[in-house]
Amino acid sequence: MTLSFNDVRRIADLAYIETNEEEAHMALAQLSEIFNLIEKMQAVDTSAVEPMSHAQDVVQRLREDVVTESDQREQFQEIAPQVEEGLYLVPKVIE
Amino acid sequence: MQWEIVIGLEVHAQLSTQSKIFSGASIAYGAMPNTQACEVDLALPGVLPVLNKGVVERAIKFGLAVGAKINSPSIFARKNYFYPDLPKGYQISQYELPVVEGGCLRIQVDEVEKTVRLTRAHLEEDAGKSLHKDFHGMTGIDLNRAGTPLLEIVSEPDMRSSAEAVVYAKTLHSLVRWIGICDGNMQEGSFRCDANVSVRPKGSDKFGTRCEIKNLNSFRFMEKAIEFEVRRQIEILEDGGIVHQETRLYDPDRNETRSMRSKEEAHDYRYFPDPDLMPLEISEEWINQVELMLPELPEARRRRYVTAFDLSDYDAMVLTATREMADFFESAVKQLPSQAKLCANWIMGEVSGRLNKEGIEISDCPINPVQLATLLQRISDDTISGKMAKNVFDSMWRGEQDGNVDAIIENKGLKQISDSGEIEKLIDEILVANSQQVADYRSGKQKAFNSLVGQVMKATRGKANPAQVNTILKQKLS
Repeated sequence: MTLSFNDVRRIADLAYIETNEEEAHMALAQLSEIFNLIEKMQAVDTSAVEPMSHAQDVVQRLREDVVTESDQREQFQEIAPQVEEGLYLVPKVIE
Repeated sequence: MQWEIVIGLEVHAQLSTQSKIFSGASIAYGAMPNTQACEVDLALPGVLPVLNKGVVERAIKFGLAVGAKINSPSIFARKNYFYPDLPKGYQISQYELPVVEGGCLRIQVDEVEKTVRLTRAHLEEDAGKSLHKDFHGMTGIDLNRAGTPLLEIVSEPDMRSSAEAVVYAKTLHSLVRWIGICDGNMQEGSFRCDANVSVRPKGSDKFGTRCEIKNLNSFRFMEKAIEFEVRRQIEILEDGGIVHQETRLYDPDRNETRSMRSKEEAHDYRYFPDPDLMPLEISEEWINQVELMLPELPEARRRRYVTAFDLSDYDAMVLTATREMADFFESAVKQLPSQAKLCANWIMGEVSGRLNKEGIEISDCPINPVQLATLLQRISDDTISGKMAKNVFDSMWRGEQDGNVDAIIENKGLKQISDSGEIEKLIDEILVANSQQVADYRSGKQKAFNSLVGQVMKATRGKANPAQVNTILKQKLS
């Protein structure tokens, strides 16, 4: 699989990363190298290997269903740019 | 052309835990904005999610109740998109290996049983809420709901009418409440439905292009929205147009669906396994423990009511609409095992009618099942007539005599006269006083007999046992 310039632009767009043409070309070159590496890895026969979903061989630890957090709104909102009526204010969202 | 409607549903059931799926913040409804949003929910740097055991347990319960496969390991994934009510920039959800895979739900549509297959049910976190009320041109964000545990239950496109979709949604709603994993409160958003709707020429085995309808927060809206959407799609196709795959929002005020976003501009969510969460292992032992906690399911109860109590399928279904109603019925029948049908009739009739009228749930019914059984006992042992029982029922509802049936009957002087000596004496007096009717009856006028029965009932203010009056009167007149 080869990556096109437009793919890079689209991925950057989806990730909200602003790129100029030069940066996008640079990213294309770097990402293509990564793709080449992936291709090499995919050429290895792994049919006998169980897929791994995490690098560490550990399982998820669970917590009991109890409320352990108290209201710290005041503290959290001290560092927020703008708050009102207990709400965090953000630039208007238009769907 | 004849069209076939194809519907699949996605339901988000909010799980009834105390705390959030990945943090120890409370999920109680109605708190002041952002007072239940901790560091993890706000996505402050350096925080890590820790999975809530109660959330997994509820998912397992659901999986067992629908006969699904419980996946172990099960994997959490990041679904990436940007929106201010999602501070992390991704929602933790499941993509490959959801906790629950497959299974089915049996529904009853117009007395016909139908099986709806489930694709999967996966765990995910809810987002916060955006308040678009104008804050000097800005939007307000409340993150109390962020991190609330959801089980997204996805069905196969197995439904063929809006009515089937509604029955499926109702059956699912009843089930999640029955097994105690979701409170089912639709006003508070605890049970949210999206419908995937498409149409195709009848007989075709290919699916048409589907549209997803969002915002179906009542069963009535669901039916109307699907019907509107089906008409819209058929009109497009019959005019030679094509349906575009898109997400549409239902507007109940205008009773129409309108485009929210089309597939072209839809998000590419770029799912990948969340490195913050290890694979979730669910042991056989845990599954077995959860299975022991599972109550007898509605379907099993329905079958038992039909076989053990000789009730109709319809009665059995109405009584198992909620677990509370079914438990009420069983407690009553336990007191009065020979009169299951009478108990069923009263619970579906008087009790349900009164609950509906006053807008209360059966768990808040002022008459308990034992009191109801005592009342019905007095009907079956002929102490009072069915008609009088309704009068006593009213008094019990109001809490008169602490709901003591016998005290109310005594106090109101409603006790039916079943002493045949007493009735005979009364009938003798009435026959003497009404010699004309007696003569009429003897000359063949049936009406005269009814009039005499009426006289007896009047003299006893309705307290004589009507069957007994009939028998004695016939004897006397023959």
